[in-house]
Amino acid sequence: MTAISTSNASPALGGAAPDVLDVSGTRPIPLTRLIRVEMRKMRDTRAGTWLLAIIGVVAVAVMVGVSVFGDKDDRTFFNLLGVASVPLSFMLPVLGILLICSEWGQRTALVTFTLTPHRGRVLAAKVVAALLFALGAIAVAAIPAAVLALVGGAGDPWADVSVGILGRVLLAFVLGVAWGLAFGAALLNSALAIVAYFLVPTLISIVGGIWSSLSDKIIWFDLNQSSSTLYGTDAMTGSDWAHIGTGVLLWIVLPGAIGTWRVLRSEVK
Amino acid sequence: MISFENVSKRYGGFTAVDDVSFVARSGRVTGFLGPNGAGKSTSMRIMAGLTLPDRGVATIGGHRYADIPNPGRHVGILLDASAQHAGRTGREVLTITAMTMGLPESHVDEMLETVGLTPAEAKRRVKNYSLGMRQRLGIANALIGKPSVLILDEPANGLDPAGIHWMRGLLRDFAAEGGTVLLSSHLLHEVEMIADDMVLIGRGKIVAQGAKHELLRTAGTFARAEDPALLAKVLADAGISAAPSGDGGLRTEAEPVAIGRAAAAAGVVLVELRPAEGAGLEEMFLQLTASDARETVTHEGAAA
Repeated sequence: MTAISTSNASPALGGAAPDVLDVSGTRPIPLTRLIRVEMRKMRDTRAGTWLLAIIGVVAVAVMVGVSVFGDKDDRTFFNLLGVASVPLSFMLPVLGILLICSEWGQRTALVTFTLTPHRGRVLAAKVVAALLFALGAIAVAAIPAAVLALVGGAGDPWADVSVGILGRVLLAFVLGVAWGLAFGAALLNSALAIVAYFLVPTLISIVGGIWSSLSDKIIWFDLNQSSSTLYGTDAMTGSDWAHIGTGVLLWIVLPGAIGTWRVLRSEVK
Repeated sequence: MISFENVSKRYGGFTAVDDVSFVARSGRVTGFLGPNGAGKSTSMRIMAGLTLPDRGVATIGGHRYADIPNPGRHVGILLDASAQHAGRTGREVLTITAMTMGLPESHVDEMLETVGLTPAEAKRRVKNYSLGMRQRLGIANALIGKPSVLILDEPANGLDPAGIHWMRGLLRDFAAEGGTVLLSSHLLHEVEMIADDMVLIGRGKIVAQGAKHELLRTAGTFARAEDPALLAKVLADAGISAAPSGDGGLRTEAEPVAIGRAAAAAGVVLVELRPAEGAGLEEMFLQLTASDARETVTHEGAAA
C-alpha cells in the first residue's frame, strides 16, 4: 500500500474512510439565504407572529379611526401615514430587539453559529432582515393610507407628499429599527433591551424637566424628540440634522459598536 | 476524523481544557467520557468553532471548523438539545436548518422519520417536548445535512433504554459507512454500550484513551468470598495484590485461575469469580476521575 496517510490508525476492516474531508465541492452559504432564514425566524414563533400582526393591525386601525372620526381635511395620505407611524415607530424597534435577543434568550445562537460559523455574516443578515421588515411596515401603512385618502374626500389627498418627505419618514423608521438592533445587541436580553429602549426617552425628558437649564440642550441627546422632526413637513434645518446626528451617535452607533463586539466575541452558552 | 492537538482553554484562573490531544477516527464511534465539569462540553465547543482555544489546534478532517464551507453538510453537531426556541415546532426547527444549508424540505420529513418523531409530534412546539424528544430532534438536526462527522454532547441524556438502544444502532450504522462519531457522556454505562473507542477526561486532562476492549482488558479479575477478610489474607499470603472492590469483593490483576487455586488451597469459599469487565472499567473511571468528582471514592485501586 502506498496510500499517503498521516494517520497511524490500526488498519480498519474494509479500509477506513479518508481522514481528510473533501470540502472542494461545497459552496459557502450565500448572504441572501441567511437573510431569508432570518426573516423566517422572525415570523415562525408565536411572539414574532403576534408582533408582526399587531404592528399591521394597529397601523391600519389608527388610520381607519382617523378616517372615521377625524376631520375630512385631515384624511390626506400624509396625515394618515403620520398617524400610522406613531405605533409603527413604537413597535419596529421591538422587532429589531427580538430579532437579535431571541437567539440568546432561547439559546438558538448555539445552532445558528454552528451552522454559520461567521457571526459577522449572521449579524449582517439580521440587520438586513430588520430593515426589510421596516420597508414592509411602510408598505403596510402606505397602501391603506392611499386607499383611505382616496375615499376620504380631503380637498387635496396628496398634500405635502414628495419624495423628500417620504424619504424622511423612511429614515425615521430605519433609525427606529437600528436603535432596537443596537440595544438588542448591546444587552443581548429581550426584556432588558425593551425596558431600556422605552425607559431612555422618559428618563431624558424627566432630566430635562427637572434640570431646566439643560432643557435647551437635551435635544442633542434625545433621539426620540430630534427624530420626530422627520415626520413633520417643515424643511429640515442643519441643526435638526445635527441633533439627530448626536442622538444617533449616542443611542445607535455606540451601543451598536458594543453590541457588534459582544455578538462577535461573546461565549455562546 | 476529529483531531485535537495540545488544546488548552482557560477561563480566568480556571483551566477548563488542559493540553488535550486525542483523535476520533473515521469508521469508529468514540466515546468522550468524564464527570460533569471535566471539560467535555468546552472541548466540543472548541471543535465547533464556538470557543477559541488559547493554545493548540482542533481540526475536523484536516480543516478548522470555521474554514469548512456550509459546515452542516459535513459535520453534524448537537451541543445542547435544550437550546431550541421553545415556541417553534419541531418541524420548523428542522426546516430552518435545512433552509440554512440549502436543502429541500423533503429532507425534513426524511429526518423526522429517521429519528422516530411522528408527524403529530413534529407539529407540536418544542416547549411541549420531553428531553428525549428534544434529543431526537437535536440528532435529526445534526443528521439532516448528511454529514460524515457527528459531534454529539450528551445525546443519550433523557433517552429511555429503548431510545439508547435505537441511538446505538443509528450511530453504529453511521460509523459502519465510514463516518466519524464523537459522543460525550458522564455515564460510563452509556459509552460502554455505544462506543468503540474511549477517551476519558477529568479536570480538563485526558486520563486514558484507547479501544474499549483494550481498556476493558486491563481490568483484571473480580472475586468475592463468603469471608472477604479471609480471602484478602489468603491472597496476600500467596503474593497476589488485591484491592477492595464493590460490596465485599476484591479486584486483582491476577488471572482468575490463580485466585481459584489460592482459594481452593486455603479452603476459602468463593461466591463469585470472573473477569472484572464492566465493573473494572467502572472502577477505573471512578479512580481516574476520583479527584475530580464531587463524591469521594473510598477504595483505593491498583495502578492503572
